[in-house]
Order: sequence, then structure tokens, then C-alpha cells
Amino acid sequence: MSDFILGHYTYWGVFILMLLGLYGMIFKNNLAKKLIGMTIFQVSIIMFYVASASKWSSTVPVLDPAIGAAEAARYISPLQHCLMLTAIVVGVATSGVAFSLAIVIYRHYKTLDEPLLIERMKAQP
Amino acid sequence: MIQNSPALIPLTLLATAISIPVLALKKEKFAFPIAVAASFFSVVLSFYNLARILDGARISYHFGGWIPPLGIEYVLDPLSAFIALVVNVVAFFVIWHSKGLQTAEVAEKPVPYYALTLLFLCGGNGIIITGDLFNLYVFIEIFSLAAYGLIGIGERKAPVAAFRYLIMGTVGASFYLIGVGFLYMVTGSLNMADVKAILPLIGRNPAVDVALTLMVAGIGIKMALFPLHGWLPDSYTYAPSTSSALIAPIGTKIGAYVIIRILFFVFGVSFVDKDFPIADFVAWLSAAGIIYGSVMAIAQKELKRMLAYSSVAQIGYIGLGIGMANPLGYIGAVLHILNHAFMKGSLFLVAANLRKKIGHSDIEKLDSTCLKRLPWTTAAFTVSALSMIGLPPTAGFFSKWYLALGAVDKGNWIFLAVIMASSLLNAVYFFRMLENLYLRSPKVRMSEETASPEGCDSAGAFVVPEGCYLTIPVVILSFSLLAIGLWNSAIVKGIILNIIPPGM
Repeated sequence: MSDFILGHYTYWGVFILMLLGLYGMIFKNNLAKKLIGMTIFQVSIIMFYVASASKWSSTVPVLDPAIGAAEAARYISPLQHCLMLTAIVVGVATSGVAFSLAIVIYRHYKTLDEPLLIERMKAQP
Repeated sequence: MIQNSPALIPLTLLATAISIPVLALKKEKFAFPIAVAASFFSVVLSFYNLARILDGARISYHFGGWIPPLGIEYVLDPLSAFIALVVNVVAFFVIWHSKGLQTAEVAEKPVPYYALTLLFLCGGNGIIITGDLFNLYVFIEIFSLAAYGLIGIGERKAPVAAFRYLIMGTVGASFYLIGVGFLYMVTGSLNMADVKAILPLIGRNPAVDVALTLMVAGIGIKMALFPLHGWLPDSYTYAPSTSSALIAPIGTKIGAYVIIRILFFVFGVSFVDKDFPIADFVAWLSAAGIIYGSVMAIAQKELKRMLAYSSVAQIGYIGLGIGMANPLGYIGAVLHILNHAFMKGSLFLVAANLRKKIGHSDIEKLDSTCLKRLPWTTAAFTVSALSMIGLPPTAGFFSKWYLALGAVDKGNWIFLAVIMASSLLNAVYFFRMLENLYLRSPKVRMSEETASPEGCDSAGAFVVPEGCYLTIPVVILSFSLLAIGLWNSAIVKGIILNIIPPGM
């Protein structure tokens, strides 16, 4: 049992981060806080990929003259890191669109608080 | 060009999407011709691709010359060629139609609107044609970000709807990404064909089950599968009419296509049907969605909102066909992707015409002046509505027929009952609308005529020409439903029978 928890500690960390993000998105009323939750959620996935690439007694995937290219097993897998570079860019784009939408919402309704927002949406169609 | 045709559609659309803001910076009127030209080019190219592929070939394009399991691969097989054709044809008509609306709904913003439209189509075509799981994620995000923008352009409440869609859509795409991560950890590959070849060697592994569940849940949000449809009604209602006419036929269909791809072409039919019966789960959720969407549609008073809920129900048909995982159900699902794209496209364009010419799309207030003022639009609505209900000569009947045959084949009478009952419910909400359009006398609302919308004359009938931009695309889309219905056996025999996944 302790191995189940301690052996996968990075994944448990990722899992907690993910739940934190979901909690923010679902239970927080302020739209900006929802966005913070969304960002935490996306970061947790990046951590998940990066964690899955790491392994003991191996080095960064840059050609090291001391090791050479033949022993590929002594480098960590570079693919996940490359994928996550793309995912980070996508995350930035998503946050950009989200914040611009939040700004438009604030301009129309002068609030980012969801219950108040719904009230005002009903009042002024 | 011939070897490169799989990559050419997304790349052309991407290039034009980027060049529109540059070329049309000074003169906004350039935006529309560029968009139409790019869209027309992609239609022609999709026809060409489909014609090349019909003999059952599979054309693979290697990006940067890297050989597939390592490099990114674009795959043109009959399924992707067919769906790409459907998407591009509907998009072409919607873009054509948007010229007539521009002045009304996206007045100051034609340049960003067309740039986003092409970016949306670029993402859609990329999703359809890619053979790489991570590349699919990137295209899903391009597609979704453009969709958030297209929805957010709309009326006052639209940004709120777009914001909700953004939160849900990001969660969906992220779930898909985690699923891809699990799958990569187990198989060590991101290429769809490669993963399909490796998975049987691994045997049962909880990570594969988790990956499949997360991917289906994530794409289910994009597809608006029943309990995950929360973003859809508000987004479709408050988006500008031309955006909802673009997103409703295309957006959810592409989600359905991704589900088909992942379930049957990555994990394989026997895995999703027997080993880990998620297909059953999808079918039951869809059946619930059909009933829920139809009942909610009856309760709506506004045409676009009614169509949005009806979309939830129609997506249910596609999900039901996919979930049955037998050939007849699958034919029904793919045929319904085609039919529903045309029907919903045409119906949302009708709603757009009503909003533009009558000034509202409130079902309660519509009456037979519509028939006089917009005869062609009304005719188009009638054909599409009959097709939605599923009366025989129209296309809608045949996809439902295949779905019903699939349910019989599977021996599941509840699914059959759901299909029958929902046709009845469809009839209820569309005949209510048809009754108002044809039979209701206009006297009821004479007093409300004070605020006259554009082109409305106090004399009424026949004053307003419907306008070729507004009418022709709607009429072509809706009357092609009759053509699809009449030649459905040719479509099924010629195309869909070729794309039944192996092992079904």
C-alpha cells in the first residue's frame, strides 16, 4: 500500500493538482478564479507528461560526448517535453482568448461574479 | 500537387486565414471574396480527394519526409475524404450566405469574422485528415479557439456563452490529452495506425481502459454527447446566426468523427464492443440524449434555441449508431453525419434569414406573412423540417431507417422505441413551426409592426426581394436533402460500405 502511494508520488501530486484545478473551475464564482483553475488544470497535465518522461540514472536528451549516441537508454525521452512545449503554447492561446472574453463580459455587465452576472443578464437582455 | 493533396486543404485554409487580416486591412470588402475563394478551393480539392480514394486506396502524406511512426502522418482514406467533403461543402454554402447577413450581425467585424471562419475550417480539416494522436489535439484546440471567437462575436450575452464553452471545451481537450498520455506510456507511439497495431500485443491493461475512457469523455464534450452538452444551447442561441450555422453542422459532426476514429480505428471494434464495452455506454447516453433533446426542443419558444436542443437529439442519433457497433448502425451514423450537416446548416440559415428579414425568430410570433415575404426560405424550412422528422423521400428518413435496422440487428428494442418516439417528438416541434408559417393569419400581430426591420414595407407582400446571397445557399442546401434521399443507396454502396471499420 505504501508503495502504491510513495511509488507514484509524482502522479499523486499531479492528481491533486488536477482536482484543485477542477475544483476552481466548478465551485468558484468569479470568472477570473475559474480561469486560474483552468490554468492549474492545464499545468497538471504538463506535469503528468513530463513526469512520465523521467527515469533514474539518465541524463537530459542532448548528445553528451561522454556517453555517445549508441546508448540511447541513458538519455531520458525527449518526446514528452517537445509535446508539452506545444501544449504550453496552446495553453497560452487559450488563456489569451479566455481573458479577452472576460474583459468583454466585464465591459458589458460590469462584473465577473457569476451569480451577479446571471442576475444582470436576466435584467438587461 | 497530386502527392500533396492531403495536406493541401488545411494548409491553404491556414494560409488564407492568416492573410485575410493582412490583405483586408485597408479594404474590408476583400475579406469575403478571399474567404469564398479559399472555401471553394477546399470543396474542389475534397471532391478530387474523394474521387481518388474511392477505389479503396489509402494515401499517406509524411510531413517533412519523416516516416510515419516517427513523423506526423496525414491519412486520406475514404472515411476522412467523405467527412472532409461534407464539412467543406456545408461551410462553403454558409460562407456564401454570410455575405447577405454581414451588415446585420457582424457589422464592424467582417475581417476577424472571416479570418476566424477559415481558421475554424483549417482546424476541422486538420482533425479529419491527421493520423497522429497529438496532432489531433493541436487541431482540436485550433478548431475550438476559433469557435470560441466565432461565438463571442455575437450579441450581448454571447461572450458569457463563449466563456462557458471555453471552460468546458478546455477541460474536454485536456481530458483527451491525458488519455493520449496514458496511451503513449503504454504503447510508445502516437501514430494511430501504429497504436492500433501495438494494442493487441499489450493485452488487457488498466492504463488502456483509462485512456479510452478519458478520450471518449473529452471528445464527448466537443461532440455534445448528452450529459456533456451543457455549453451547446446558449452558445448556439447567442452566437451570430452565421456562426451558429457554421458551428452547428460542422463542430459537433467533427466530434462524432473523432469518436468514430478513436473507437473503431485506434482501439478496434472488438475492444470497444466486447473487452471494454464503452460503445454500449455511448449508445445508452445517446439514447437518453435523443429523448432529452427532443423534449427540451418542444419547450423552447425561440427558433435558434429549439434548433440547438434538436442538435443535442440529432447528435444522439449519431452516437447511437456509433455505439451499436454493428454495420447497419454504423452506416446510419455516417449517413446521419451527412444528413444532419445539411439539415442543420439549412435550418440555421433559415433562422438567420428570419432574423434578418422579419426581425426576430420567435416561434410564437411567426405567421403566414413569412410565407409571402420569404417564399423560398419557407420552402427550404419545410423541406429541412420534413427531413428532420424523417419523411421518406427526404434524406432524414434513410439514416433513421439504417439506425432502426441496426437496433433490430442488435436486438435492442429500447433503442428502436427511442428512434420511433423521437421521430414523433420531432414532428411535434416542427409541425408547430410549420403551422405558424402556413396557417396562422397575420392579423394577430398587426399592432406590433411598429418597429419595422430592414426592408419591411407597410404594404407587406412581395416588396422585399429575398436576395441571392440569402436565398440560394439555403435553397440548395435544403433541396439537396431530397437528392441525398433519392440517391442514398448510391452513397451507401459507393462510399459508406467502403469505410466500415475492419472487424465490425
